[in-house]
Formats: sequence, C-alpha cells, structure tokens
Amino acid sequence: MKSKIALAFKNCKREKRPALITYTVAGDNTKNNSLKILNAISKHADILELGFPHNTPIADGGQIQGSSHRALKNGIKLKDVFQIVKKFKKNNPDKPIILMGYFNLIYQNGENNFLKSCKFSGVDGLIIVDLPYPENKNFAYKCKKKSISFIQLISPTTSKERMKKIVKDSHDMIYYISMLSTTGGKLKVSPKKIIQNYNTIKRINPKKNLVIGFGITEKTISSLKSANGLVVGSMLCKIIAKSLKMRQNPVTKLAKVVYNLKNKIL
Amino acid sequence: MKLKIRKNLALIDQHDKNFMYGGKFGGNFIPETLKKPVDDLTNLFAKLRKDKKFLKERDHYFKTYVGTPTPFIKLDNLTDHLGGAQIYAKVVSEANGGAHKIYNATVHCLIAKKAKKKYIVGDTGAGYAGKMLSMAAKKFGLKCKIFMGAKDIKRQRPNVEAIKKNGAEIVSVTTGSQTLVDAVSECMRYWVSNCDTTHMCVGSTVGPNIFIKICAWSTAQISRELFSQVEEEFGKIPRKLKLINCVGGGSSAAGFWNAFMNTTAEFIGVEAGGPKNSRLHAAPLTNGSKIGILHGAAQYVIQDKEGQIGSTESISAGLDYPGISPLHCFLKDTKRARYTSANDEEALSAYKLVSRLENISPSLEPSHAFAEAIKLAPKLDSTEVIIVNSCGDSIKDKDIIKERLGSYTR
Ligand SMILES: Cc1ncc(COP(=O)(O)O)c(C=O)c1O
Repeated sequence: MKSKIALAFKNCKREKRPALITYTVAGDNTKNNSLKILNAISKHADILELGFPHNTPIADGGQIQGSSHRALKNGIKLKDVFQIVKKFKKNNPDKPIILMGYFNLIYQNGENNFLKSCKFSGVDGLIIVDLPYPENKNFAYKCKKKSISFIQLISPTTSKERMKKIVKDSHDMIYYISMLSTTGGKLKVSPKKIIQNYNTIKRINPKKNLVIGFGITEKTISSLKSANGLVVGSMLCKIIAKSLKMRQNPVTKLAKVVYNLKNKIL
Repeated sequence: MKLKIRKNLALIDQHDKNFMYGGKFGGNFIPETLKKPVDDLTNLFAKLRKDKKFLKERDHYFKTYVGTPTPFIKLDNLTDHLGGAQIYAKVVSEANGGAHKIYNATVHCLIAKKAKKKYIVGDTGAGYAGKMLSMAAKKFGLKCKIFMGAKDIKRQRPNVEAIKKNGAEIVSVTTGSQTLVDAVSECMRYWVSNCDTTHMCVGSTVGPNIFIKICAWSTAQISRELFSQVEEEFGKIPRKLKLINCVGGGSSAAGFWNAFMNTTAEFIGVEAGGPKNSRLHAAPLTNGSKIGILHGAAQYVIQDKEGQIGSTESISAGLDYPGISPLHCFLKDTKRARYTSANDEEALSAYKLVSRLENISPSLEPSHAFAEAIKLAPKLDSTEVIIVNSCGDSIKDKDIIKERLGSYTR
C-alpha cells in the first residue's frame, strides 16, 4: 500500500505541479492556534511539516527560533504536539503530516516510545535535523518498520558518493537544502543553480520524490516549480510573528498566504 | 557494561567508529550541511597530527608565541596556612593572553591556514577563548568573528575590549540565556551558512568530535610540560598526587591531566555549583544529569524531562555551561576522574585567600578548583601533593569581584 506521502506526490504529478509543503511550529503561538492553522492551510497545502520545538537548535534561523520560542513559552510539550496531530488527523485523515525537530527530544522520550506516539497520533514522516546518514540508519530502520517515512536531507555540501547512499536508503521523500544556510536565510543561490543541483540528485534515481526547501518565499517559489515539492517555512513563521505584532489573526492571515503560494505553482 | 580506558591509546582516540566514547558519549549529531566540512577537518587533522613539519610548527609557536613552559610553583603560604598537603600551582595564566585558551586558538589558526580559509569564527563565554582567537587570528592574518552572549559581554568587559582591540568583530548573542550555550549555538549556525569560506573554532572540548579532539590535543601541552616539571621537582611522579582543575567545557582539565593518564595521579574536576541556596548550577556531572545531545554531541547535560536544555547559573562565565565534554563523561564513567562542585561563594573566598597569600591571583574559574584544594588539603598529610591548574587571571573578573566583595586586589 502506498503511503499518504507517496499518494500526495502522485496526485501532484497528475496535476503536473509540485507539492506545496508548509512548515509551522506546534504551539505557535498557542496549541489551539497551531491546530487551527494546520486546519486552515491544509486546504491548499499538500503536505504539512510540523516542528516540535527545541530550545537549543543548531540549524534554525531567526524566524523559526522565534516560533519555537513562542511555543515553548506557552508550555508546549511533546504530548501536546501529538495531541495536535491527532486532532488534525481526525478531520483530515489523508493529509500527510511530517514532524520535524532535533534528536534530543526523541532520545529523552525513548525512540520506541516516540515512534509509538507517532503511530498513535497519525504522523506520516519524520525529519530529524541533527541525525544525518549514517548515524540515522538504525532509527530510520525502526521508522520503516512502523511505516513512518524517515526523510533524509541532502545539502549543497553533500558529496556525490554520499548522495548515492542517501538516495538508496531513502523512504518516500528526500529533502534538498537549497543553499548553505540555516532556515530562513535569503536565497543566495540562483534558482537556476538550485534546479541544476536538484537535477543532479534526481538523476541518481528519478523515481524518488525530491523536494527543495530553505529560503523559498512568494517571490521565488514559481522559479523552482519543476521540483517534486517545495517547502515554505520561515516565511510562514515570519507572518505569524508579524500578525501577532499587528494584533491580527494569524490563522486567517496564514490561510491567505498559503493560498497565494499555491496559486504561484499551479 | 563496565567502561574501560584502553592502554596505549590517547584519550581523544578512545572512541569507536561512530566517534562515541564508551559507546555513549560524543558522536556527530550535526545537520547534513556540516557533514562535509566536519569530515574534511577530521581528515586534515588526522594528517597534520602525524606530520613532523606541522608538529615542529606547532612547537615553534607554542614556544615563541604562547610561551612555554608556563611556571610550576609551590604555594608555600597557602600550604602553611592550611597545614596539610603540599599545594602547588601550574600557572597557565602566564601563557600569552592569560589563559589556556591560547593553545586551542593557536592550533585552530594553524589548521585554518592549512585549509586555506581566510575567515575564522569562534564562541566565547568568559571572553578568553574569544580574546585568544582574535589574537591568534591577527597574528596569522585571518579575519575573525567572535560570538558572545550579551550577558557575558556585560560581565567580562576586559576581555571584550581585548577582542575589539585585536580587530575582531563581536557578535552579541541575545537569544536564550545570553551566555556561552547560546554563543556556541549561534556560532554553529553561522558556520552552517558559511562553512565554504570559514573555519570554525569551538572554544572548549565540546561540539562535534573533531572539535573535541583538536582542543584536547592542543591543551595537552599543559600536562606535557607539567610532567617534566613534576619529575624535576620530586625526582619522580609522587605516588599521592592530586591534580585539581575547574571544568566548564573541560578543555583545561583534559589538557592538565592528559600526560598523567597512566600514573597513579588522582584527577579531580570541579564544576560550578552556582549561587549558594540556588537550585541553578552548571554542574551536570556532580548533580547526576542525564545523557542528552547538546551542540552535536551526546553528554551529561542539564535538561528537563522533555530534553529542553536547562538554565544554568554561575558567577564564572567560563564555567556557566549546561553540558560537559564527552571526554569527561567518559573519564567519570570509567572512574578515572572524579567530579565535584564549588559554589559561587566558595570560589570567591578561594580567590580572596589565594590572592592574599600568594603571588598569583586566579580568576573565578580556577578559583573553583582552589576552593576544592582548600577543602581537601587540611585533611591530608604533607606526603600528599596537590597541584591546581591556575588557568586564568582575576583581572578579567575585577568588576564582579568588586561588586561582590567591595574591593578588588590582585
Ligand atoms: C580561565 C578559565 N578557566 C576555565 C574555563 C573553563 O573552560 P574549560 O573547562 O572548557 O577549559 C574558562 C572558560 O572560558 C576560562 O576562561
């Protein structure tokens, strides 16, 4: 049986467009709002990434740090993250959700325990920022056994040799980091160059779903639409921060922005 | 499983193929982007440490630039005052720049040159790691950026001024607790974005494995010198010898103990106990913190049940860090070293006593080690020898000391 992530890509391919993948942080700015945000943007997004916040991130830019900070200040715990997923899935059983975060939270929770909660709440995939190949082999195998996609990252610094191994061991999705940057940096590489690198990876195994993330905004998204999927994260986090500051409702604001993003890649 | 130190293998090389010490400490928990720069650096360092020309270069700069050997002196007045063990100090604060951080900074600059990098970045807490890196960068013609917590910038003014004078840029880190832990995170994030042009120096024996190795390999100079100095003083290595060192990230202690690994010397690491009557501290080993992942490595670390890194507090910026080197986790679990803590007040009293009685004036970090020596010495007899690593000078702490004790004397 095809996974929900694989099905989402299949649908998009049928519609000849990339999958729109959003990233928001669980608990930003409250548990309730982050659930409402997921519900609202899921009408336009194909796959939802949900960050479980860590207070000592080594690869997040300012916007996502801000989101994590707001969520943690509101007392978000792992069990709340799973509650949010579970509630979301009750109304949207087919929309894939990918949790993204740092390994220490999983380590403290216990790998098996964590995966059990993933399964129970309906998580479809995991991105663990600080668990690269080959250190991730064991955990990725555990994920596979539970039919949870372990999503690996490839970066502009990744050697060809390594790329081949990562692609070979990949599950339903691979994530290409567009440039040398933490999340939310300004796109400092031309879209043309990014697509060139993207194609190099794609050629290793054209069947694999490869998405691009980091630095993608309304301005740049259409120039990258030949990819299988595009991730927009920091821009959304920034809009949440901005609407909070202007005392606007982040939920309606975000729904509108994601709708616009979608229109740019149709 | 009982952990063991393997004989005839350097401490830094006691890891397995996953770079884990004792199968559970260390490793490389890093974002994919850093895999290649970390691998490149790992390969380069493996080559350089076997390269006779490079070793000669290192020794040359240690001798002419860092200043070796640093003095090894008997603290006669303190010994008499306490009336027990004989107390000595290795005065590492006499090294160029005033602390042990110069060894790591110098080696990193030499490596950065070999790697043909023009830029170097580093973290700092007490400001020494930043000061030394900015000094060495200037000497070796590298452009330097230092990440420092906003709270530390305020409380370590003399070192901040030194960094600026050396022409380095200071980036004030205003996230989290605004101390060393946040400075290291911010520095790593900067490296993620700039690893193609920039070399990163981690200021202590923490971070991804290669940084632990380079740092401990560099500070090992301290015990290489000390070993000969002790042999010269006593004719041999005394049977009852205690080597006491403060531990923040653990670079000073690792370097102080390294050459004595296969002797009967007892190693005592002193963590920052924080303010008396406070629940906050920076002593993960003493207080039984659980293993977690911080800055790319598994280690005992102050954290909550969820895995969020915990707040710390210490009067000494250099020890104010929630984690501890995987090397020390390994030394603790193999029982080769033991760890305890001294609180802020004990460190202040130790600073005061040593400065009053002796010609040296330790900064608040080594004052934690002196506090332990002061506790232990009266319980021991004169056949026992205690050596304390005086790895920093109190001048950098004059504002804090003035505020806490009313006046500052050196
Ligand atoms: C004087 C001094 N001693 C000790 C330390 C603690 O560092 P480590 O344990 O990493 O050597 C520092 C750190 O900044 C320091 O400045």
